Amino acid sequence: MNNLLILGAGSDIGVACAEKFANEDFNLMLAGRNAKRFEPSQNDLKIRFNVEVTVHDFDAMDYESHTSFYNGLPNKPDVVICVFGYMTENEDAFKDWELAHRTLATNYNGAVSILNIVAMDFIERKAGSIIGISSVAGDRGRQSNFLYGSAKAGFTAYLQGLRNRLFKEGIPVTTVKPGFVNTKMTEGMKLPGPLTAQPAQLANAIYKGYKKKKNTIYVLWMWRWVMLIIKSIPEPIFKKLKL
Amino acid sequence: MMKDWIANWGNYPWVEAEQNYFRYQDEAVKLVDSPETFIPRGNGRCYGDASLADQTISTLKYKNIIAFDKENGILHCQAGLTLDKILEVIVPAGWFLPVTPGTKFITVGGALGSDVHGKNHHKDGSFSYHVLEFELLTSDGKVINVDKASNPDLFWATAGGMGLTGLILSVKFQLKKIASSLISQKQIKARNLDEIMELFQKYEHYTYSMSWIDCFKAGKNLGRSILILGEHATEEEVQHIKPEKRLTFDNKSKLSIPIYFPPFVLNRLSIKAFNWLYYLKNWKKEMDAVVPYDGFFYPLDAILHWNKMYGKKGFVQYQFVLPLEESKEGLRKILTRINKKGWGSFLAVLKLFGDQEGLISFPTKGYTLALDFPVKKGLFEFLNELDEIVLEHKGRIYLSKDARMEREMFWKTYPNVDKFLDIVKEYNPAYKFQSVQSQRLFQPV
Repeated sequence: MNNLLILGAGSDIGVACAEKFANEDFNLMLAGRNAKRFEPSQNDLKIRFNVEVTVHDFDAMDYESHTSFYNGLPNKPDVVICVFGYMTENEDAFKDWELAHRTLATNYNGAVSILNIVAMDFIERKAGSIIGISSVAGDRGRQSNFLYGSAKAGFTAYLQGLRNRLFKEGIPVTTVKPGFVNTKMTEGMKLPGPLTAQPAQLANAIYKGYKKKKNTIYVLWMWRWVMLIIKSIPEPIFKKLKL
Repeated sequence: MMKDWIANWGNYPWVEAEQNYFRYQDEAVKLVDSPETFIPRGNGRCYGDASLADQTISTLKYKNIIAFDKENGILHCQAGLTLDKILEVIVPAGWFLPVTPGTKFITVGGALGSDVHGKNHHKDGSFSYHVLEFELLTSDGKVINVDKASNPDLFWATAGGMGLTGLILSVKFQLKKIASSLISQKQIKARNLDEIMELFQKYEHYTYSMSWIDCFKAGKNLGRSILILGEHATEEEVQHIKPEKRLTFDNKSKLSIPIYFPPFVLNRLSIKAFNWLYYLKNWKKEMDAVVPYDGFFYPLDAILHWNKMYGKKGFVQYQFVLPLEESKEGLRKILTRINKKGWGSFLAVLKLFGDQEGLISFPTKGYTLALDFPVKKGLFEFLNELDEIVLEHKGRIYLSKDARMEREMFWKTYPNVDKFLDIVKEYNPAYKFQSVQSQRLFQPV
């Protein structure tokens, strides 16, 4: 059986991925902050899908710990999904460096730190798949979300380069740009229904992308076009818009 | 926080509400510890205004299976888990739900809060009969383990208590052993009310029974219906099926009604034609078949969003029960009244209940009838007229379906309401948990 490592398993997308991959007979390693919280979910997945599930403490911002975390896993993963993220009100993070730093350090530095370690191991083993959950927010910097967006832009570029670097090793790297998803992160936000995906829908798309070794996935097809339009607005006009 | 317009299955009434979610117990405790008032809410599959309020606590993100004892058939799960997810796990292991309503898309918390019944009520009682214990978060932020022996008051006030004693966090209940996932079904046509009632009595030994009734027929055909009986198929009956295929979770592809139908689609003529065809499709008096459980228990789940058939204004499901000795006369009066009005229901379901223990639970020994009426001018006046007949014959209305009954009707027809409210006052003194329905029916104004 294959082993899946989920980084950020406490998130709604993490939980949905765990269910989807367990249903496809993957053993799971659930990692995230305060991993004790995953225990009810661990039990549930074991009972429902009859797979092995372990839980592991992992803090994206604690870079020092990443090597020992990865080496301490009970099994080397065949697939890694990097789903953790941190988002706060852009205006708050704009004024408060602590929040801005947290946004960058989690979404970019943390992801790069752990995925470098994963990639080294995969190169050595000549096996594995990497899936990174980035964001459409990284496709163009906008006044409403540019701190989170710039970290995700960095992450998208990182994944792109990593895909290029690992191609010759035969290791696929998939970038996922979910758009709006109904999750804890977006609770209380007014989301446009047709552009909003459910976590389970996203997990299905991720699994399909993994099977087909896709480079980039937009979960709902409209997003590809929405972002194409947003990206092609000339900057002199774009800077005046309220997006 | 953002507010959403929400309604339950009947799409009537709509309420602008803030929906609060929790994933861990401490998050639920924190929510309850705020100055707001709430009503617990599951999948919104009750019909009326029971789980509606300005603020809801949704259990939908709290949905783990905590333990499944495959030897003894005991399942312990969090309140937001829906029955379809449970069937997926228990059926292949040779177990079934002890009681299930006509949809599998309800949560376990909702099953207990409404104390739901199924086609086997006359044999197995309501859902609460099979509940071994549950965890309840009360208004003071405490989590209480409740079972029938140690805390009977709180147990029976929570079963069918519509979320007013507190937030159900998890439920442990006993499952039913099955040899196969198939149902051995018998259908018998009945020409009228007398005959269907005789048949119900005659076939009372069947585990599952209900009937579909054509409310367009009057005179000597009043109450023309089809009795549908079932038993879980036994080992002998499934001998011809490979052992690995005897216990399968049914998950058929589903049809979905994507839009609200405009009001002219369901009219007197189309409903009459449907009912006529439905009766006619059973071309023999008696028909036996072995069928998958999903179609037997959940025929309407095959059409997702079937509630949109009734249009944007929504509908009311009117479900009442009459004591056995009052049933025949009361049913005759109500069916005649509906007939005269020409407002036959698209689907009408008649069932014989057995005895029921409990405080505020709906069932009582006698016949229950459920009818759907689209919301339109004059409907509420008409339902008030039906209420009078129900009252006269010592019956009552199911709170999980209700959106419009008057306060007085409720107080007159639920004999234990005082005792129920005493218990509610003990655990929920300031109505921390309240709904549009509780405000309508019994909270002090």
